[in-house]
Parts: sequence; C-alpha cells; structure tokens
Amino acid sequence: HPHQATQMSNYCLNILVFVTLQQRDPMLKRDGFEDILEERRNSSDLKYALRCYAPVLYKGVTPCKANMLKNIVLQSDQLRYVINQVSQESGEAPDIIQEEASVILEEMAHRLQISTVRFFAFALSKAFKTLFQHVCVNEEGIQRLQQAIQEHPVVLLPSHRSYMDFLLMSYILYTYDLALPVIAAGMDFMGMKFVGEMLRMSGAFFIRRSFGGDKLYWAVFSEYVKTMLRNGFAPIEFFLEGTRSRTCKSLTPKLGLLNIVIEPFFKGEVFDVNLVPISISYERILEESLYARELLGVPKPKESTSGLLKARRILSEDYGSIHVYFGQPVSVRSLAQGKVNRSTYNLFPRHIPRKPMEETQSFVNDTAYRIVRLQEDNMVLKPWVLMASLLLQNLEGMELSVLTEQTVWLRGLALSYAAFLDWPDHAPTAKVVSSSLALHRGLACVSGGRVSLVVGEPLGPVTPEEALFNRAVSVLSCASYRNQVLHVFLRPAMLAVAMLHLSDEVYNCFSFLWDMFSNDFILCPGDTVQDFEEACYLLVKTGAVQMPQQDIVMTDIGQPTLSFFNGLLEPFLQGYQVVCRYLCEEASEGLTEKQYIPAVRSFAVKLILAGNLRCYEVLSSDMQKNALAALLRMDAVRKVKNRMISHINQTQISPSLSLVAVAEDLCRDGLTPSYIR
Amino acid sequence: MLTSDSCLSLHKHGSSMASDSNSSESQRIAQQRLRIIAGHLQKHKDDDSGTIATECKAEANKGTVPRKRQEIMKWNGWGYSDSKFLFNKKGQAEFTGKRYRLSGMVLPSLQDWFENTFGASVNHKSPATPALNASAVPPASLNEAFVEDLKATGIPFSHEAEDRVFRAHGHCLHEIFALREGKKFERVPDMVVWPNCHSDVVKIVELACKHNVCLIPYGGGTSVTSALECPPEETRCIVSLDTSQMNRILWIDEKNLVAHVEAGIIGQDLERLLNESGYCTGHEPDSMEFSSLGGWVATRASGMKKNVYGNIEDLVIHIKVVTPRGVIEKSCQGPRMSTGPDIHHFILGSEGTLGVVTEVTMKIRPIPEYQKYGSVVFPNFEAGVACLREVAKQRCAPASIRLMDNEQFQFGHALKPQVSSIFTNFVEGLKKFYITKFKGFDPHQLVVATLLFEGDRERVLQHEKQVYDIAATFGGLAAGEDNGQRGYILTFVIAYLRDLGMDYYVVAESFETSVPWDRVLDLCRNVKERINRECKERGVQFQPLTSCRVTQTYDAGACVYFYFAFNYRGLADPVHTYERVEHAAREEILANGGSLSHHHGVGKLRKEWMKESISSLGVGMLQSVKDYVDPDNIFGNRNLL
Repeated sequence: HPHQATQMSNYCLNILVFVTLQQRDPMLKRDGFEDILEERRNSSDLKYALRCYAPVLYKGVTPCKANMLKNIVLQSDQLRYVINQVSQESGEAPDIIQEEASVILEEMAHRLQISTVRFFAFALSKAFKTLFQHVCVNEEGIQRLQQAIQEHPVVLLPSHRSYMDFLLMSYILYTYDLALPVIAAGMDFMGMKFVGEMLRMSGAFFIRRSFGGDKLYWAVFSEYVKTMLRNGFAPIEFFLEGTRSRTCKSLTPKLGLLNIVIEPFFKGEVFDVNLVPISISYERILEESLYARELLGVPKPKESTSGLLKARRILSEDYGSIHVYFGQPVSVRSLAQGKVNRSTYNLFPRHIPRKPMEETQSFVNDTAYRIVRLQEDNMVLKPWVLMASLLLQNLEGMELSVLTEQTVWLRGLALSYAAFLDWPDHAPTAKVVSSSLALHRGLACVSGGRVSLVVGEPLGPVTPEEALFNRAVSVLSCASYRNQVLHVFLRPAMLAVAMLHLSDEVYNCFSFLWDMFSNDFILCPGDTVQDFEEACYLLVKTGAVQMPQQDIVMTDIGQPTLSFFNGLLEPFLQGYQVVCRYLCEEASEGLTEKQYIPAVRSFAVKLILAGNLRCYEVLSSDMQKNALAALLRMDAVRKVKNRMISHINQTQISPSLSLVAVAEDLCRDGLTPSYIR
Repeated sequence: MLTSDSCLSLHKHGSSMASDSNSSESQRIAQQRLRIIAGHLQKHKDDDSGTIATECKAEANKGTVPRKRQEIMKWNGWGYSDSKFLFNKKGQAEFTGKRYRLSGMVLPSLQDWFENTFGASVNHKSPATPALNASAVPPASLNEAFVEDLKATGIPFSHEAEDRVFRAHGHCLHEIFALREGKKFERVPDMVVWPNCHSDVVKIVELACKHNVCLIPYGGGTSVTSALECPPEETRCIVSLDTSQMNRILWIDEKNLVAHVEAGIIGQDLERLLNESGYCTGHEPDSMEFSSLGGWVATRASGMKKNVYGNIEDLVIHIKVVTPRGVIEKSCQGPRMSTGPDIHHFILGSEGTLGVVTEVTMKIRPIPEYQKYGSVVFPNFEAGVACLREVAKQRCAPASIRLMDNEQFQFGHALKPQVSSIFTNFVEGLKKFYITKFKGFDPHQLVVATLLFEGDRERVLQHEKQVYDIAATFGGLAAGEDNGQRGYILTFVIAYLRDLGMDYYVVAESFETSVPWDRVLDLCRNVKERINRECKERGVQFQPLTSCRVTQTYDAGACVYFYFAFNYRGLADPVHTYERVEHAAREEILANGGSLSHHHGVGKLRKEWMKESISSLGVGMLQSVKDYVDPDNIFGNRNLL
C-alpha cells in the first residue's frame, strides 16, 4: 500500500539517508586541482616530450613487449580451448582457427611505442595550449592512482564526452610519469588510416563494435584484456558508457568489458582489481553542435583523417578549461564482499569460458552503475551549466538581471546538494555571468539587457522546418549543458514532479518516474527507496518541503525550488508523452525500429509547427530511443519480430493528459501490474 | 561377545607370532588355544576385571609417554621440557637438551633473522607464567557413582589439577597463549583415566553410558583445531580418556606385512619398535614424536612419506573402535572390500565424536635399504610449483618432496648452527656459486625443494636422476643433501621455535589446505596477501611473516602449508587479532578453491565451514551416524558437527 511505503520510507529516513549521504557525499573530501598547462606555458615542450619517462609498474613487473604479449595470449589455455571447440564445430583444422585467432589479435592489439607517445606529448602540448585555458588535474588523485598501480591491477574508467578523452588521459599519465594505459577503442577509428595506427602506437587496441556470436573473437579479445590485467603489464582503460555521450548525460553503462576485467578476481587469478572512476569535465565540448546535429538525425560523420584535419578551425576557438578528477580507486574485492561467493567458481575449470552466474551478473551491473555515479559526482560544473538550466526554462529569453539573480539562487541550491561547482573565487557575480556568456557566445547572446538563445543564422530564405531545425540545434546544444547538472537535482526533481501530479501517492508516482526514466538517467537498479529518501532529505534540508506525520508538504518558501525542478524535468515528461501519443495515435501495428525514429520526429515536428508543442528536445533521437526502451521495458510496448506492438490504448490518451496520468491508466489497465502498489 | 578377544589373549597371541618362529606349528596352535581358553576362563571365572587390567599393566608403559606427562613435557609449550630455544647472554640463540640434531648448538644467525623479520628485539621479553596456578583451574565436578564403579575396575585415574589442565588443550595458539599468560580456565576435564587395553576402554565407555558422563579421548595432545577443548556448556562430568598407556604392538604378521597395534602408541615408539623387527610403517607426520596412532585415524592424518607408504587411510587394514553402542570392527582383513560404503571412513576423521579407537591393524614395510636427502633450488616459486606438478604428472615423486618459498628458505638458513659437520657452509657456497655462475637467481626470489628418496640404492640413484632431470627443465639446480636434510629438521623444531617467539612478543601458527594444481600459485599469493592486508587493517604494527610450502603432491593437486607469525607489541588482544586474521585466511583459502583441511582436521576451530564444505545434506549424513552410534552424546567433545 502506498501509504505504508511512504511510512516505511519516513521511518528509515533519518538513519538510512544519513548513512547513504555519508557514503556518497564527497563534497568535504574533494581534492583541489593543479593546472598542468601552466608548466607547459613556461617551459620547453620538446624537452618535456623527450624527458626521462620511467613509470613504476605493478609489483615491479617489467613491461611486456607487444609480441610477447601476443604469444602469451595465443598460447593460453583459455584460447586454445576455444580454438579446439571452434575447430570441432566448424570442421576446420585447429591450425586454421589458430591462424584466424592470430589475425584477430593482430587487428586488435596495441603497439605502444614510447616514440609515438613522445610525439603526442609534444603535439598535444601545443594543441592544448591553443584550445584550452587550463587543464586541471587533482594531484592527490594521481598519487592515489600511483599507489594503486603498484599494488593491484588497475582499470581506468573515464567518463566519455569527447574524442579528446583518451588522448587527454594518456597525456596526463605521461605528464605524471605514470604507467600508460592500454585503451579499448572502437574499430571505427581504424577507418582513419594514419591516425588509427598512431593511436595504436600510443596504446589503443581496437575492438569491433559488434561481434555477438563470434566465439573466437570474444575469446581472443577477453584473453587479451585479461592477460594484460593479470600480469599487471599496464592499466586497462575503457569507457563504461561504451560510446561518447552526445547529450552530456552519463549513459547506461555497458557490461561486457567490465565483466572481463572483474572475472580474474572472482577466479582468484588476482588478489584484487582496482577500478578508478575518472571524471573529465569540459567547459566547452569540442563536438558541441556536432552532437546536436547528430541527435537531430544528421548522421555522424564517418571518422576520417581529412575530417579531423578540417576540424583545424576548431583550433582558433576558446574552449575554456578541462577538469580531470581521478576518483578514489574502488576495490572490487571490497565491493564483492558478501555479494558474490567466489567458491562457486571452484567446481569448473577456469579456462573454459562460461556465462557469468546470475549473482555475478547483478554484481557487475550494480558495480557499473556505482562507478558511473562516482564519475557523475566528481564532474566539475561551471556557472554556465546553471545558466543554461535557467535559460532552457525561459526559451523566450530573460532579463540579464533576472538571470544573474536566479543563477546566484541556483548556485546556493546546487551547493547545498553537494554539486562540484567551480565558481570563481572573489569574482563579482555579474562578472561570472558575463564571462560565461562570452565563452558561450555561440549559444546565448545579450541584446537590450535580455539574454536569449542564439539561433544559427541561415543563409537565405528558409522553410519553417529549417527554422525549427536551427532552433532545435541551439536548444539541444544548450540542453547538453543543463544535462550536466541533472544528476545533482534529479532525485529531488522527480519528487517535486510526483508531488505536483499525485500529491497523495507521492512515493508511487516517484517510483513510477524513477522506473520510467531509468534509461535516461543513471539510477542504480534497486535503489528506488534509497533515492526517494535522498530526495526527501535534500528537499527537507533546503526547506522546500516539510514532512509532518508521514506527509510530504511544500513549505511557504518551497515554491521556487519545486517549480524550478518541475521545469527542469518538463522537457523529459513532454518528450515521453509525445512518444506515447505517437504510438497511440499514429503508429501502425507494423512499425519497425528503423522507421520509429524518423516517424516520431516528423510527428513532433508537425505538433511543433501547429503550435501544439513547444518542446524541442523531443526531436532528440536520444530521448526517443530512451522513451521507447522504457516503454518496452515496462511492457507498454512489445517487440514482435522487430515490429512494435503498442499496448497503449488510444482512448486513454488525450493531449491534455500528462504522462503521469498515462502511466496511471497503464497501471490500472493491468498491463504493468508490477507498478501497482 | 564382541569383547571376548581380550587384550590378554591378543597380546600373547601376538608375541607368539612374532617371536616363536622355531616352535612347531602344532605346538604353537595348541598354545594359542590354551591361552584363548585361559582368557575366557579368567573372564568368566570371576568378573573382577581388575585382574585383567593388572595383566595389561604388567606389560604396559614401555612407551615414551608416562601417565604424568608433565614430568617430561612442557605444560605450557611444545615438546620435551629439556628442549627449548633461548637467546643466551650474548644474544645468540641456543637449542638446549640432547634429543635433537640441533640440541646443544648455537645458532648465530637466528637472532638477526628474528629481529629483522619481526621487528622484535631480544631485549623485549614477554615471559610466560612459570608454573600452573591451581586456583585458576575450576574444581573437578565428579560423578561420584561413576568414580565408585571406576575404582572397582582398577583402571588408574586422577583428578589432580595438573593432569586435568594438561588434557584440556591442544597446541592452537590461543591455547598455549592462555597457558603462558596464566589465564583462568573456563572448562577443563574433571578427571583423567588411563586405560591399559581395549577391554579397559570397553568398561570405561560402559560406565560412562551408565552414569551419563562425557568422554573426551586424548591421544598425543597435538591437535591444532581446538579439538581437545572442553565445550564450556557441558554440565556433565567430563572424563579425559588418555590412551597413552595402550602403546603395545600386539603382533606382527610378516606374511601379510601388517602389524596389530594398540592405538595409543605414539609415532616415534611405533617406528622404533617396528624398526627393532626390521620394519616400519613409513607414516611420518611432522608431529610423529608425540601424536598417536588413534589420533591419526581420528583426524585422517597424512605423513611426509605418503608418496611411498600412503596416508593413514591407505595404511589401515582394520580398526577397532569402542562406541556407546558397542564395538565396531570388520570381520576380516581383506585388502579391499565391496561391502557398501567403507565403515572405516566413518571412523577416519571422526575426531573423537563416535568412540575410542583402541586397536589398529596397519600395513608395514621392511626398512628401506637406502635413504638419501636432496634439494633443488629454483629461481622462483612459480618454477618450483611447475616442477612439482610435472613430477606428480609423471608419478615419480620421491618419498617426500616439498617446496619451500623464499621466506622459508631464508628461515631455514637462520637455523644454521655454528659448528657442525652436517650443516656445511652451504649459504655462502650457494651465494657465490649462483651469483658468479648462474646470475639469474635473485636471493629474494629463489626457492628450494627438499627431497627424500628411499629404496634400494640403485633405484634411489636412478630415481634421483629422473627427478633432477625434470627439475632442470624448470631451471632447477641441485643444491645438495645437507640443504635437503635441514629442511626436514626444520619441521621438527618449528614448534619449539614458536615458544621462543612467544617469549619475545611474536605469535605464530600454521595451517594447511589441499588445492587443485592449477590454483596452487593463485591460492598461495592471495592467502599471503590477505594475511598481510588483514594484519594491517587490524592494527598489527609490524610486517607479518607469511610463508608457505607445498608439502605433498597428488595426481590432481597439492597440499599447501602456511606459516604465519607477527610481532604483537602494541596490540591489546593479540590472540583475538590472530584469530580474526586466521579466519580471514581460511575464507580466502576456500574462495580460492582450497579445502577446509588436508590433514589437521576440523575440530571446533573450523566447524562453521562444514556445511559450505560438504553441503548441509552431507552434514546431515554425518549427524545421523553420530545420532545412531552415540545417541546420548557421551563422546561430547562437539568436534566436526
């Protein structure tokens, strides 16, 4: 019963929330930053690139030559087993399969060369100094990492927002004389012939984007990674999110590689594995408008060397600062304590590949989410992020003075919610706001004391669709900044929405939203109650709500906070609603996944042009995909042989109904019984 | 009728077999019949079993162990009272007494090793309480009716504090530590009985059942699993049944190469007595100086030379056990039977929970013509393990093959005596040899395998070559006989060394496991690392010593033995800290595919993992045997289950 749930939650509130926030709240312990470009601006890049580089390795192992590594992999029991298996299944001789494995490995393996690293150290020094004001690193994090590398195999898990990420990572590690990582990179880089090879020689290894059923490929790949990990030859680096986030929201983590690097611990092959979450925050992302266009359906330009060279004009712009925060290494051993019984691995030969057990799978999944949340926690937020959040709620523009005032207010709110805000010390607020606007002049402009989004000036006359498209680009670009702060506000914001819509069943509604949005945001599986409590705690803490006798009520001063939160999630609620409406009103029974995105897009375009919808974000393919995934997950839509079958009854939907109302109907209809409490 | 073949007849029968080889067959049979009849008559004639007991006693007690153990053995440490390590006034280590190779020798490098390894100092002493404080011993709560009936049998018993305390413990660290500290005892046996033969045991068990008294069998007292600890919740009178006086070889059957032996005999006596007749069992657990045959059976013991002779379960042909329900034994001595699950396997490893093992028929072998020690040095532990695995694969393991890790290798060298013909100047020689000629060997990485070959001379030499050839393919270099022999001496004095450590704030313990070959290295590394880490987390101020050796090889895996020691200065409760660390180490072993125990047993120390180890159904099976054999929990030591 809903009330019981709320009661229960309130009962635990004081204890649980205190504990969880203590665990999570990193505010008090965050390290300070050092700008590594400062020294580069004052001393020779050449000397820097050629200096003595002698990193300390895991338990003092000697580095392994690339060829030796390949031999170890090819001769491993694990790979030999799969080769024989594939040989028996296919009827091909083992030698031939072995050769195939060798070719795969050749295509995959890194060829780290110190000379290439030095070249990059030189070239990147030049580039970074041109592009960025500062590249800031928390040196205490570096020290922790250095310690960790000597004690245990280390896996570096940076956030992924830009192509820059992995070059930047290697650059920083080189700067601090740390062991260079080997980096899992997507095969698409190999399309850029010269660059691909350069990356390979700086430590990248390449994996195909999809190799679903290819046993041999999987075996070569996983053994390659595990061999490096087990022997501690080098830290392994990969992106948990799998791909660059085009929205600046963290993406739902992918588990494949994480499974591979954790398994040696479960099998007792290593004492522990340390996972190091790394948060790379860009004040301005190089790919900013590129991403917006991509989300709107202009396909991603194929990676090509010439494309990269054209990007040279990028070099003339100011991209502000980068903050790289090396988080506390997370010990897999400590995480798994009491969750996974390692002795279940005792009864099966360790070299025979096996699907991870359920217990392990859910542990890995849980770990992945925790790491991404740790990445989020240490993302550095700039004042502009707060300003973008406000501007998006005032698309018609707002007075500069109002924006400034509200930004200051929002800053207070963000700080009390433990946001990692990089607000310049001792600078007057007006100065902070104006310099943010200056840096992002491509996105927002001030005219006549009003601040509004910049809409790209079209050449010549445009159709209404083109105008809409241009506006959508600037909205989505701006949204990519707002998105950076969502993880701070998400939980209280969902509570605010729940309070607005279903004031007497707040927990149920929160829980529904939580579930609904768990493709769009990082919500750790099973954490609904905990998140609800955190939301209550935060809203109470800032005085926006009170909780007398198991009730949640808004306070007199809570109005601005709650309405800001409602506005913050409004685009998502509207977006999901549009998708639902499309599925009810327009979609034919035989809709395929391929058709879905363009179809929703044109449905939304029609609504916007007709003046019935003001939300541009629904045009984002990211939101469309997430909404569909959520509906599939919640069994409101079903996939039958690649075609969608909607369960949403047309009669239940009318434009005036909010998404939450739709949800209620869905629940009542019994289609998603698990959401009824 | 199960008890009709009394110890008397058996014994006489036995000696006639062994010695009267000249007398004619018919004479021998006649004599035997007469004696059996005499035995029966005696039993029927008057039921005063005291007579039989007296008969038993007349021949008894030729063994090493007196009833008053404390007369020759330490009451609060390992082994003989006259043998101990100490640092003399010059700070040099000495081993006192005359019993051992090292006895009376000065060990000049031990002090440095000791101080450097543990961060200890010979100036920081933590001396033990000099004598047992009788007031720390709870008064005996006797079952008077039982005592009365027992007196009538004439079986000797005692309820003196010293006797009771001696049998209240094994040699776990916490037990010895408590004795040294003079801690108050929670529960000790209320009395000690010394049966002289099987029928004495039958009587004691009958009386225990009659009067509902708790019996705890006591053999050599070398348990390291808290198996001898009295359950504190036990309210009945606890009687420690000391088997040490049942120490005769009853007969030797040279045709079948078996000997029938009373189960209280300790290892050294059994070997010495058999040697007199030209035989041996070849069963040599490291504790063989003090541990008993019955104890081996009750814990599934393993001997150092099991590669040639087998473990205890391979060596026993017949076992006689007195239980509350009567005597269990088989009807023949066939070498193998298909008669359902082997009932011996309910007894082997039963840890005193079902009854008392009184007599065992055991395989014997002629004493080997030739014995040769050997040793091989490997560049690192990995190479050593790979070599042992290959030796096991080719099934050519010598009588004993053990691989000591680098820490133990260095430890071994710290025990090098000042002057000795046996201990050659190996270290210096080795250093020079390897550093000059085989540079690749890092003195902080290299490990040594110790070997013992047995058999006829020619075959030993052949065998030796085969093993050294295999070793060479793994980078192993032969390193001499003395070095090998020293490795084995170390195992006999290590327990004495623990007492030395405890005099200087160092606590130490050992534990073992068995593990499949492919996991040996991972297990050793992870367990050592876990110990180091746990020590740090639990506030141990000094780097602990963690060391391991592979002590046995099997077709499918190996036995690994760990030593673990640390300096406990600055710790409030070192024993508790130690126990938490050992607990963590055991969990690490289980998580890495190791077994709960290879030969130490479960006792009460490792009971909590039994379900995990053998499944709850398995525990249920064992429990139902216990419930049938001993429904009133007379054998109430609460081990195992």
